[in-house]
Amino acid sequence: MNWKSLLRHETFLALLLVVVLIVLSFQSDRFFTVSNLLNQGRLMTEIGLIAIAMTFVIATGGIDLSVGSILGLTAILTGVFWQNVGLPLPVAAVAAIAVGTFAGFVNGLIITRFTVPPLIATLATLALYRGLAEGISQARSVRGYPDWFYVLGQGEVLGVPTQLWILAAAAIIASIILAYTRWGRTVYAIGSNEVASRFSGLSVEKTKLALYTASGFAAALAGVIFVSRVSTTRSDMGTGIELDAITAVVLGGTSIFGGRGTIAGTMIGLCLIQALKNGLSLAGVKGDGTIMLIGAVLILAILASNLFERSGTR
Amino acid sequence: MSVIVDLPPTRPATERPGFLRRLFADYGQELVVLAAIIVLFAVVMLVNPRFISANNLTTIFAGNAYIAVAAIGMAMVIITGHIDVSVGALIGVLATISGTLAVAGYPVWIAWLAPVLVGMAVNACIGALVAYARIPSIVVTLGALSIMRGGLISFTGGTWITDLPPAFLIAQKSVFGLPVPLVFMVVLTVLAALWMRYSAFGRSLYAIGGNAEAALATGIPVERRTVAVFVIHGAFAGLATILFATQLQVIQSTVPPNLELTVITAAVIGGVSILGGSGTVIGSTLATILFATIGSALIFVNVSAYWLRAVIGLLILATVLADMLRRRGRL
Repeated sequence: MNWKSLLRHETFLALLLVVVLIVLSFQSDRFFTVSNLLNQGRLMTEIGLIAIAMTFVIATGGIDLSVGSILGLTAILTGVFWQNVGLPLPVAAVAAIAVGTFAGFVNGLIITRFTVPPLIATLATLALYRGLAEGISQARSVRGYPDWFYVLGQGEVLGVPTQLWILAAAAIIASIILAYTRWGRTVYAIGSNEVASRFSGLSVEKTKLALYTASGFAAALAGVIFVSRVSTTRSDMGTGIELDAITAVVLGGTSIFGGRGTIAGTMIGLCLIQALKNGLSLAGVKGDGTIMLIGAVLILAILASNLFERSGTR
Repeated sequence: MSVIVDLPPTRPATERPGFLRRLFADYGQELVVLAAIIVLFAVVMLVNPRFISANNLTTIFAGNAYIAVAAIGMAMVIITGHIDVSVGALIGVLATISGTLAVAGYPVWIAWLAPVLVGMAVNACIGALVAYARIPSIVVTLGALSIMRGGLISFTGGTWITDLPPAFLIAQKSVFGLPVPLVFMVVLTVLAALWMRYSAFGRSLYAIGGNAEAALATGIPVERRTVAVFVIHGAFAGLATILFATQLQVIQSTVPPNLELTVITAAVIGGVSILGGSGTVIGSTLATILFATIGSALIFVNVSAYWLRAVIGLLILATVLADMLRRRGRL
């Protein structure tokens, strides 16, 4: 792949982020404060974790639409395992994450063993997992967790929100894996040409199975963090989060056809979206107006990067 | 999207396959869905005979006709090798426009025509971005989804549109004793199916979805056809809106949740390959009926409504897996 064009998209995006940050800090003096920025980091962690795994999935030319439902299912199970089954809370959270990871594994099995296109497979499990969350919860919410549990979603470590450390660690590990390991190169190879990868002796099926499992794990972890942040569980948690994550990934320069994309791009895309959301709400624009702007930014950013490249690569 | 070459099974040129075999080869997935509907009806009827009361049948068929109509356009878009995740938001916007016009005292035909025309205009923009700016359709429509969903709520505040004039509520009327939505669904499905199967335009959509470059090489104006298919899809979304907006006495000016996924799922379960190049609009309508039947059946066999989505998800998965196994057996 021509890394120069990659660099160009991310540079362009980073410049856009800087411009947005400057404009927003002029709009409101509350925007460019340490406490506000750290708080925004807290709010973007769940989408961020999912988007990191989604970068790998989309780089192979796949997609995972079921992440929001896995998040909801994990959230519900954390509450149910703890309150209704009576497990200690750490065990309940780990068990719920295990189920969420298994849900991702099932996605991978359907996609690799039955050769169902990822869009359809995860569209079906989107309905299935959300349905399980609704069925298990029967619209009851679980509250009243012990105080220590909120450290994960509301507490701080060394002055920085706890979950932001998790996100940072995940981003660093993921970018090393994607950029510098054989396994990461396999991901790009599958996305560029799956058939050729298979003939080259790469373990396409195993890689994809691992990626969808990892995507399930990321969504499940995000689910537990979500519960800890908002202090309650509801079965509709995480609805639509798959679109937010995909927006961050695609905005970050990952080709929806696969074969291209970086974690750094995804993180810049994520920050850009969160900065816009926050800056506009501080400037008095309602939440729905910001959704509208994010849509426009997504289209314009891809349009601009297409115009910049001008190379014939799709 | 990647290119799949679906080779027909080799057989001696002199042997012409029998009618049933050809039917199954052409409409395999549609027949699977149809069989599922029939089995479901038979089983639920035995458990609770009231399931086939005229009242419930009207709810199943007429109440979901708008999804079937929207799925026709979606099937065409997917056959061409694209996708549209913004159709739910579009229908929400169009319903609000239509309802607002009707309440403002405009003649009802304007209130009915407006969503069709606006739907075509919006999708012309989407189609142009896909065809000429070469942005993948999932990215364009993802952006359009955000713009329309956010725009609608920040513009209207999600209020209810009430006091709709009775003449506007076409979905609640009947012609020849049949509910209007049912007539819409059947007529539009049949017309679209014939058009897709026999017109040069319809065949060119399959060619583009199968292999866009080859289609271009054979002289099909791929870019113009791509815009055209999105415009037609917008018209179907507008027609679906007419049924959706007039089925109740009020319209909520928000985006109906998950409608785009329901519409895409209907098209795909009906046998439209997400890779493009194959499938029919008959399948998408049958799949809509299947979902509606499942939803209604669960109520009649006393399953908690909270499990509805899980059951539907499981059935979608079963249908998809069955289809994959069937295709594998054929190849």
